[in-house]
Amino acid sequence: MDRVADPVAVVRPAVSWSEPVAFVVMTALFVVAPAFVYPVFLMKALCFALFACAFNLLIGYVGLLSFGHALYFGWAGYVSAHAAKVWGLPPEAAIILGTMVAGGLGLVVGALAIRSQGIYFAMITLALAQMMYFFALQAPFTGGEDGIQAVPRGKLFAVFDLADQTTMYFFVLAVFLACFLLIYRVIHSPFGEVLKAIRENEPRAISLGYKTSRYKLLAFVLSATLAGVAGGTKAIVFQLASLTDVHWSMSGEVVLMTLVGGLGTVFGPVAGAFVIVSMENYLAQFGQWVTVIQGVVFVTCVLLFRRGVVGELANLLKIRL
Amino acid sequence: MFEIFGIPSQALFGQLLIGLINGSFYALLSLGLAVIFGMLNIINFTHGAQYMMGAFVAYLLLQHIGANYWWALILAPIAVGLTGIVMERLFLQHLYKLDHLYGLLLTFGIALIIEGVFRNYYGSSGQPYQVPALLQGGRNLGFMFLPNYRAWVIVFSLVVCISTWFVIERTRLGSYLRAATENPALVRAFGINVPRMITLTYGFGVGLAALAGVMAAPIYNVSPLMGSDLIVVVFAVVVIGGMGSIMGAIVTGFALGVIEGLTKVFFPEASNTVIFVIMAIVLLIRPSGLFGRAA
Repeated sequence: MDRVADPVAVVRPAVSWSEPVAFVVMTALFVVAPAFVYPVFLMKALCFALFACAFNLLIGYVGLLSFGHALYFGWAGYVSAHAAKVWGLPPEAAIILGTMVAGGLGLVVGALAIRSQGIYFAMITLALAQMMYFFALQAPFTGGEDGIQAVPRGKLFAVFDLADQTTMYFFVLAVFLACFLLIYRVIHSPFGEVLKAIRENEPRAISLGYKTSRYKLLAFVLSATLAGVAGGTKAIVFQLASLTDVHWSMSGEVVLMTLVGGLGTVFGPVAGAFVIVSMENYLAQFGQWVTVIQGVVFVTCVLLFRRGVVGELANLLKIRL
Repeated sequence: MFEIFGIPSQALFGQLLIGLINGSFYALLSLGLAVIFGMLNIINFTHGAQYMMGAFVAYLLLQHIGANYWWALILAPIAVGLTGIVMERLFLQHLYKLDHLYGLLLTFGIALIIEGVFRNYYGSSGQPYQVPALLQGGRNLGFMFLPNYRAWVIVFSLVVCISTWFVIERTRLGSYLRAATENPALVRAFGINVPRMITLTYGFGVGLAALAGVMAAPIYNVSPLMGSDLIVVVFAVVVIGGMGSIMGAIVTGFALGVIEGLTKVFFPEASNTVIFVIMAIVLLIRPSGLFGRAA
């Protein structure tokens, strides 16, 4: 028997103007920003913003807390760095290769982890990421504690020389915007609506005939792949892939960025990434206190501002962001 | 001296002993996590930091007021347990009606704060802690040398684990606890102060972590980061055992410690990862863990 109406997909929210406007404002800001701010800082923030957006796709729209996203970010970095340095691939190919490896890892981890719910999911992703951290520590090609250093930035499409900071910046910006739009499209597609239905009430989505585990796995792989784009790009920008990016504290950091910006908001992770990266940049002289401050921000956000910066703003202005 | 599978007995039993020691800590920590999760529905990410605090309290007691190991064994769990109680009253109690993930995030944040503060004052390197005079030395068992302290750790943690199991599964207090885990509203209707029970349970779980920390102090150095990597392994142990059963946590803890120790002998490269590999296999076969109930 056919369904009379598709209860999840039919109720479409009214077309929102606030998100496109905010997107134009954000893009304009990023285009003029290198005139005022150090481009390397901006590139770092953009890579983390993309990482956080990828992570948010899972926690914000499927309700799955992955505590091991550093795995895809860091391993994509290793693979891209290795491809660019040892195999001499051009940067775009190196990043694509890193991304594909991240997607493959996401498929394996996702297939294992989505069999479990809630808190188990977080612990399993964390444990598997820690396993791959130890692989990174011991595998010969990752360079152990040294990481892969002096990765050449190369020439993009054999034309644009990425050694130039401005060229590099606009390449990173283009990658970020493309992935951001992809995520935006996914969230607002029928597929995205099903993801939100799973987040709200999984048994009901199952009873409506959706094979929720396939949806969750696809969302997981997509999230891991996009995290891989961020990691690969970061490795090319900083010419370095190191253990820091696969360690679980990096997984914690991306959770923090998303939480500060606002879980389940489109622009929240971007704002959160900029807040946290600038905080780390300006507070670097305080050494260990940065960790303490991060912890305090975590606790404050969880107890008082669960909507995050962008979520609170959207709530205040009664718009969607 | 004889050989087993081409491995000298000293090396084999030595690693087996280290495995049992690690297993004691896995068991104590995963037991605490399981008790806390049962009552609070929160995965206590601060557990590793609280284990570290236990070791530090022991170290500071010795340094500043000269209280020895035996005093630390009593005082450190109480002190750290009290900080846990304060933490539960101040922060955790506001999260019970929210999604589980906020409990994880909050306790993760608190772990960052605690470890950051300790690293700030004590650096990342370890401080040595003497084995208590009573337990120094060891005995030769013929096939291996057994340091007294290590034997003590294994025996004492077994005793603590079994007593905890006994209290929860076989006493009236434990039956209240289990009932409150199943249906807190009904238990409150019988006139039992469930919120206070939750607070005390958290304090007890945290105290167990601190106790493990004190016992670990003479074996590993006392360092601010001693708990942060351990806690991830303990999470894997908890996933393998499943959250449902106290005995499951104890048995899995010891068993995985031993397996890890044996891996160090036969295939050293994999010793860091073996527990995670086992976790992946267990998840394929039994997604709710070896002793867990299906969610």
